[in-house]
Amino acid sequence: MIIPGTELVEVAEGTKIVPGGNTIITTVDKLVNWSRKSSIWPMTFGLACCAIEMMACGSSHYDFDRFGVVFRASPRQADVIILAGTITKKMAPVIRRVYDQMPEPRYVIAMGSCACSGGIFNTYAVVQGGDTFLPVDVYVPGCPPRPEALFQGIMKLQEKIEKEYFRWSPWR
Amino acid sequence: MEDTNIDSGNKNSRIAAKELTLSMGPQHPATHGVLRLVLDLDGETIVKCTPYVGYLHRGVEKLAENRNYMQVLPLTDRLDYISSMSNNLGYCVAVEKLFGIEVPERTEYIRTIVGEMSRIANHLLWLATHALDVGAMTVFLYCFREREAILDLFERLCGARLTVTYPRIGGLKNDVDSKWLQDVYAFTTEFPMRIEQYETLINKNRIWLQRTKGIGVISAQEAINWGMSGPALRGSGVPYDVRKVTRYGVYDKVKWEVCVGKNGDVYDRYRVRMDEFRQSNNIIRQCIDQIPEGPIMADAPKYTLPAKDKVLTDMEHLIHHFVLITKGPQTAPEGELYVATEVPKGELGFFFVSDGTGKPYRMRVRSPSFVHVSALPTLCEGELIADIIANIGSIDIVLGECDR
Repeated sequence: MIIPGTELVEVAEGTKIVPGGNTIITTVDKLVNWSRKSSIWPMTFGLACCAIEMMACGSSHYDFDRFGVVFRASPRQADVIILAGTITKKMAPVIRRVYDQMPEPRYVIAMGSCACSGGIFNTYAVVQGGDTFLPVDVYVPGCPPRPEALFQGIMKLQEKIEKEYFRWSPWR
Repeated sequence: MEDTNIDSGNKNSRIAAKELTLSMGPQHPATHGVLRLVLDLDGETIVKCTPYVGYLHRGVEKLAENRNYMQVLPLTDRLDYISSMSNNLGYCVAVEKLFGIEVPERTEYIRTIVGEMSRIANHLLWLATHALDVGAMTVFLYCFREREAILDLFERLCGARLTVTYPRIGGLKNDVDSKWLQDVYAFTTEFPMRIEQYETLINKNRIWLQRTKGIGVISAQEAINWGMSGPALRGSGVPYDVRKVTRYGVYDKVKWEVCVGKNGDVYDRYRVRMDEFRQSNNIIRQCIDQIPEGPIMADAPKYTLPAKDKVLTDMEHLIHHFVLITKGPQTAPEGELYVATEVPKGELGFFFVSDGTGKPYRMRVRSPSFVHVSALPTLCEGELIADIIANIGSIDIVLGECDR
């Protein structure tokens, strides 16, 4: 109920409330991006060493849940795939298939040196970086990165999602 | 037309059943990595199980051939990344035997301490994931609490949580201080109480017992025939432990026992690891009590880095330091050598073929995980499909080591 004559109050950039009106006025972009970034669900998909640090992130000591990050076992329910570890040439098609099964919008975090660039494994068997076959959004370097580093990767992804424009309608 | 398959009065005739082939993995949360199993199922019974490995083949052995002995050390971290300290130790012990280096006593003690800490950390992660797979979520959270405590101690010791690269050929990266030893001692004082907490959660839990007792039984003879080692072998009642058989570390100077099971099922393998927690804890405590003062690097200037203060004052040591850092060890005794150590998963062996140069001509890693994966069909054929999760957990595999 908007009382005639009341002024809208801007509480955040692009978000206004009606005083006493129990109403928030904002753009759909902001609403969608806000809800999307607050519940990033990664897939439980460990490849190598970094997966252990990813598990440490999810466990009690570091507690990923407070970021709204809950691991899902199925690609159909996941928003982000964390490439945690070395990607071999035998594994790359599988990762691509799993990525293709994820619903839009989907994001990719390359965790660790191997997923970023191949790392120390410059051999016949290893794909030199996840970005050779997937659109990587955030790179988290380290061998393996500390859980705090992965947290920052998730926060960078949240910043990226916040800036998205018009990525919510089927007719975009 | 007559349908002869469907029951026509005869009680012995069955509806023709077709086997179902199910591909499990490589993306599966319970395969502990990127293992792929192709299962032939008759209803819910596994008729045939075929493991496919190689999804994490990184070419470590090939990489080692192009690096000198010092440069191979960081690669061994990434074999068994859950207990990288033990893998570093295994490699260093093997190379020291090849070079003929005797390690100072203090180093042996520190190595034993960190090796057993790594064993505890590995078994904690094993228990966490195994229990999570079988259905106990709380154990996962409890175990990671203690694992983080060990990883923090590792971090204080050498700066890395997971891939430590702390031991060096002929010694260690740096000495430990008394504060660190005190904190390890404090951890070992508290840890037995934590083990009891885990046991309270699952030891007599009815679901846990039903999922693990009598599942994945392998006899002692069969386990030996498959070449199994570590807790997976000891669960079948074979008291074989490389720490007792060969000499490395200070395992002969402390009191400890080899833990064995009886029935060779998933539950017994779980019990063996729980007992190993206590044994490792005791070993660490005894080592801290007995640890002597002394140098930490062996005196072998051609292979080991000299002490930093000597490098800055002495010409001879400066030259050795320069050559080792820029070129690595230049020579190695010729010949072939196999040295095994007991890592948390079993017997980890390094086989070297040396042609006298500073690089290994061939390095072969005998990894326990690879052997255990090959024994997996024996464990799970004829059992239900749900039990394969318990079986994979119980043999404690890590695919980085399996595929190398």
